Amino acid sequence: MSVRHALLALLEQGPMYGYQLRTEFEGRTGSTWPLNIGQVYTTLARLERDGMIEAASDEAVAADESNGSNGDGGKRRYAITTDGRVEVATWFDEPVGRGEPPRDELAIKLAIAVTIPGVDVGSLVQRQRTATMNALHEYTRLKRSGSTDEPADLAWSLVLDSLIFNAEAEIRWLDHCEARLARRATPSRSTVAEEATR
Amino acid sequence: MTAPILTLAEVTRVHGAGAAEVRALRGVTVTAAPGELVAVMGPSGSGKSTLLNLAGGLDTPTSGDVVIDGTSLVRLSQSRRAALRRTSVGYVFQSFNLIPALTAAENVSLPLELDGVRRGEARDAALLALEEVGLSAAADRYPDDMSGGQQQRVAIARAIVGQRRLILADEPTGALDTATGEEVLKLLRSRVDAGAAGLLVTHDPRHAAWADRVVFLRDGLVVDESGRTRGPEDLLDVEGAR
Ligand SMILES: Nc1ncnc2c1ncn2[C@@H]1O[C@H](COP(=O)(O)OP(=O)(O)OP(=O)(O)O)[C@@H](O)[C@H]1O
Ligand SMILES: [Mg+2]
Repeated sequence: MSVRHALLALLEQGPMYGYQLRTEFEGRTGSTWPLNIGQVYTTLARLERDGMIEAASDEAVAADESNGSNGDGGKRRYAITTDGRVEVATWFDEPVGRGEPPRDELAIKLAIAVTIPGVDVGSLVQRQRTATMNALHEYTRLKRSGSTDEPADLAWSLVLDSLIFNAEAEIRWLDHCEARLARRATPSRSTVAEEATR
Repeated sequence: MTAPILTLAEVTRVHGAGAAEVRALRGVTVTAAPGELVAVMGPSGSGKSTLLNLAGGLDTPTSGDVVIDGTSLVRLSQSRRAALRRTSVGYVFQSFNLIPALTAAENVSLPLELDGVRRGEARDAALLALEEVGLSAAADRYPDDMSGGQQQRVAIARAIVGQRRLILADEPTGALDTATGEEVLKLLRSRVDAGAAGLLVTHDPRHAAWADRVVFLRDGLVVDESGRTRGPEDLLDVEGAR
């Protein structure tokens, strides 16, 4: 999972506290995927269990033990282990899998809509296009509102580009759906269903 | 409230008659205020170019009104309309429409000279416009010796020369790669930010996202509009806050 690997990769830069990791993660991704601190600590606990990280050697263990049953509160600094470094290297080396496409709610919605009588697919497509266009407009505005070549800015700007390209792809796909739907002269419900199941 | 520079009010445009009749626009209302860039999107044949041609007075509506800076185009004589077009409206087309036998500066100053501006004055204005699009150094080069992106920047300089208040662009980035297309968008955007109004026809969602609003056309009708939040009222608020 990407948060796990992202945190691990950040720890490769040096030992850090949980809240520091959250700040670093969000700085690089522009709070696009906000992490709650609980999620950070859960992830860290799992990474420790799996031997990827350990308490930083210079830590006062006492501080950690006074911290309740989880023993992983804000006072603990984590360092990456050798296994952790191998895991990070593997993460960077291997492409992100596309074998199983992530579930796409819109594609599912449209696939179902074209097969069910009485759904106004044209309006559905248009409403979605407007909504996605609004999102794209907002990303573009954020991008225009300045980026420097500072590494953290660059990282955030690239994340924005990814959102922009994804929104663009969605709009183009909607245009394509609309054109396909329009191309059938008088679309009776049954032909819609036939085409969708083809 | 800021008066719009461009108003298309309930315009229709019917081509041909009888069986060959094509209703390219069927009652479309679009406005563009100073500082506002409006994108027009829609499938092929939905009436985008027709809309732009009406906005620029290159074509007249079958019914409805086109108003530029308070002047109704439909009530103007042919020659008065042409004059208003030359002084107030700048066009950018997909194919840059530059004249190959003229240098960049000559291409840009041409509309001014046609409008009776003295040659030296026209050239000064052209050089200013070329500077605005980052092409000062290429003023005396010919279109054929320039890249597509440079030619399109010359076309934009020609559209904005002489402080034109309404910029109309029909697929201005169509023939350009994404990065160059984005440069062209930036130029349009900055000119509009400086107080012009813009109407931009595009198929590219990423370019439409540079606009303040996107009007979606289908079969000659506006079917939806995005980004309505930054309307003229909001613009006024921004000004009031300054
Ligand atoms: N001079 C004309 N005579 C007859 N029909 C015309 C004329 N100009 C345009 N049309 C028709 O009007 C409709 C709208 O055309 P328009 O050029 O505005 O579409 P568009 O949205 O710009 O399309 P595209 O994306 O392909 O450029 C089309 O059906 C077109 O065939
Ligand atoms: Mg067209």
